Amino acid sequence: MLISGLRTRLVLAFLLVAAVGCGTTAALTYREARNAILEQAQDTAVSSFRDQIQELHLNLPPNNEQMQGMVRGLARQGKPRNWWVYVEYGSVRISSGTNPTSTVITPELRRQARGTPHGSFQRVVKNGEPYLTVVVPVVFKTAQTGTGGQTVRPTGLTFYAVMQLTDEQANIDAMVVAARDGALPALAIALVPALLAARSVLRPVRDLRQAARSLGRGRLDTRIPVKGGGELSELARTFNESTAALERSVDELQRAEARARRFASDVSHELRTPLAGMLAVTELLDEDAAGLDPDTAAAVRLISNETGKLAVLVEDLMEISRFDARAAELNTDEVDAAETIRRTLQSRHWTDPAEIVLDLPDGIRARLDPRRFDVVIANLVGNALRHGRPPVTVGLRAESLAQDPADGAGGVALWLVTEVADRGPGIPPDVLPHVFDRFYKADQARTRSAGSGLGLAITLENVRLHGGTVRAANGPDGGAVFAVEIPLTASEVTA
Amino acid sequence: MPRVLLIEDDPSVREGVELGLRRRGHDVRTAATGEDGLAALAEFRPDLLLLDLMLPGMNGVQVCRRVRESSQLPIIMLTARGDDFDVVIGLEAGADDYIVKPARTEVIEARIRAVLRRIEDPGGARPAVEFHGELAVDRAGLTVAKNGEHLALAPSELKLLLHLCASPEQVFSRQQLLEHVWEHSYHGDARLVDACVRRLRNKIEDIPGSPRYIQTLRGFGYRFGPLC
Repeated sequence: MLISGLRTRLVLAFLLVAAVGCGTTAALTYREARNAILEQAQDTAVSSFRDQIQELHLNLPPNNEQMQGMVRGLARQGKPRNWWVYVEYGSVRISSGTNPTSTVITPELRRQARGTPHGSFQRVVKNGEPYLTVVVPVVFKTAQTGTGGQTVRPTGLTFYAVMQLTDEQANIDAMVVAARDGALPALAIALVPALLAARSVLRPVRDLRQAARSLGRGRLDTRIPVKGGGELSELARTFNESTAALERSVDELQRAEARARRFASDVSHELRTPLAGMLAVTELLDEDAAGLDPDTAAAVRLISNETGKLAVLVEDLMEISRFDARAAELNTDEVDAAETIRRTLQSRHWTDPAEIVLDLPDGIRARLDPRRFDVVIANLVGNALRHGRPPVTVGLRAESLAQDPADGAGGVALWLVTEVADRGPGIPPDVLPHVFDRFYKADQARTRSAGSGLGLAITLENVRLHGGTVRAANGPDGGAVFAVEIPLTASEVTA
Repeated sequence: MPRVLLIEDDPSVREGVELGLRRRGHDVRTAATGEDGLAALAEFRPDLLLLDLMLPGMNGVQVCRRVRESSQLPIIMLTARGDDFDVVIGLEAGADDYIVKPARTEVIEARIRAVLRRIEDPGGARPAVEFHGELAVDRAGLTVAKNGEHLALAPSELKLLLHLCASPEQVFSRQQLLEHVWEHSYHGDARLVDACVRRLRNKIEDIPGSPRYIQTLRGFGYRFGPLC
């Protein structure tokens, strides 16, 4: 399992440190105490066994009765506890117990007995029982003439003592229990400062997280209170400085953008008044042009035509400015979607069945701004007729679509889907992402399109104002497909 | 041809619209301010008032209210789209329709004709005066009285009432009313209908807040009655 929570990790780290501390202390204490207990027991045993053997009076070679007597005598004087005594001489095995020899005595000990005339010992665990085995070989000591030293010769007689260490083991076990019983509560107690420390460390982290989230929601005036010194308050200070800088630059950008937009809006406003006067007299010019000399007539008609286009352009610019200024209002009405589309096409005389194929089921009622929806449909169909090839298909359906998870609900909602498809060459892939851009020219050589260059941008804004989306794509058999999706509520399908 | 009074402060718009309308045979008088316009009203006796909303001094909405105090002269506002708020206020003040500037003369003239057009008589063997509750509607004389008292209805209000009460209890969508009463496109501004209904209710209903005559069908539109 991946432990990802900072709090969990902090507490675990704290506990780990405490556990290592407790464990090390307990282990060291245990080792020292254990050694002390065992050494005391074995030292006593080894030295007393050796002393007792040195006090024996031996005749070599010993007979069996004599050895039997010695073994019994030694077995009675076990120190610090009772022991069993075994003696080996050649192939003779005699013991104080029932068996002539002990299974606890290892070959290793026998080897040591030959090498060390002072005797040696070994701790052995047999069937879970701890034993101390001691060996002391009997040796001759003869003073060497001249050198002042001694030579030592083994006699071949070897005494073994086997002592149970059960009591010592019990003492050591008690120490392990004591260490464990002390360490576990210590760990439990360590949990309290661990949690406290985690809390105090995590509070600034939590503050920082909340502040970052608030920042992400667009609240650029978010600041964190800076308390004292240290790394975390340093981090808070850095965060505050960064957000302040971000806020300044965003402000600056927004002001610049607002200035640019206001300028576009102001320009359109200013253009509108002279245009209103000019547009009112274009008819007069058109009518009278016939009576003028050809050059003047052409000039007059040019002015009249361009005035009309200029008026459309200025009107579209005004419309875009209103969207930019968020001043565009949605005046919705509950209408029959198919009827609304049919009226749009009729009012523009787009009714030739060779050009327009309709798939408009009746009975889908939707809350739409009829004027804005008219602009959307007219722009898309007009665009398809201009750039694609007939027939242009206009389809309408109510469809359950997964809701945008960003909206929160994440459920399924009903959408009004309007599709406008043509049979033209489609939209080149490099143009596709830009079709809704303002004044985007697919063909750089073409200086001016038939429309204002704002038609699809205005379409996009109008659909967005309805809470919907519009997408451009290429159909499976070529041709551009524009799909408008506008949310419906479930009660609005009556068919 | 109709006599049109144009109140517009911008000289080029004033001159352009005047030229265009005069060419189409209208008798046009212009005024640059609201005060001048009101003064010309009594003397020129126009059939229709074309009124710019943004005027120096007395603004278009004030002029509109002043005119409505004493007269049911058809009024068309000239406005710049985007001045949405002004449109609503102008409609509440009693204007019958509005035109967004810049507009071609043919558009202006079509709107003038629509406002001046008398509502078509449904014909047939209808009595000259219909009674709906306390309302007496005289289709021939184009007058409406309530409890015997004459009601002063602006042209759009009268046309709307005549249209609705010609088919009692039939529901008309706002788009349909825009087409039939205002001769706008189907996709016109439904606020025209709403503002006119509000004004009409204030004049004919006992309690405008809970109307008997002009009833709202939420999501569908308006209908006349049923009176019960």
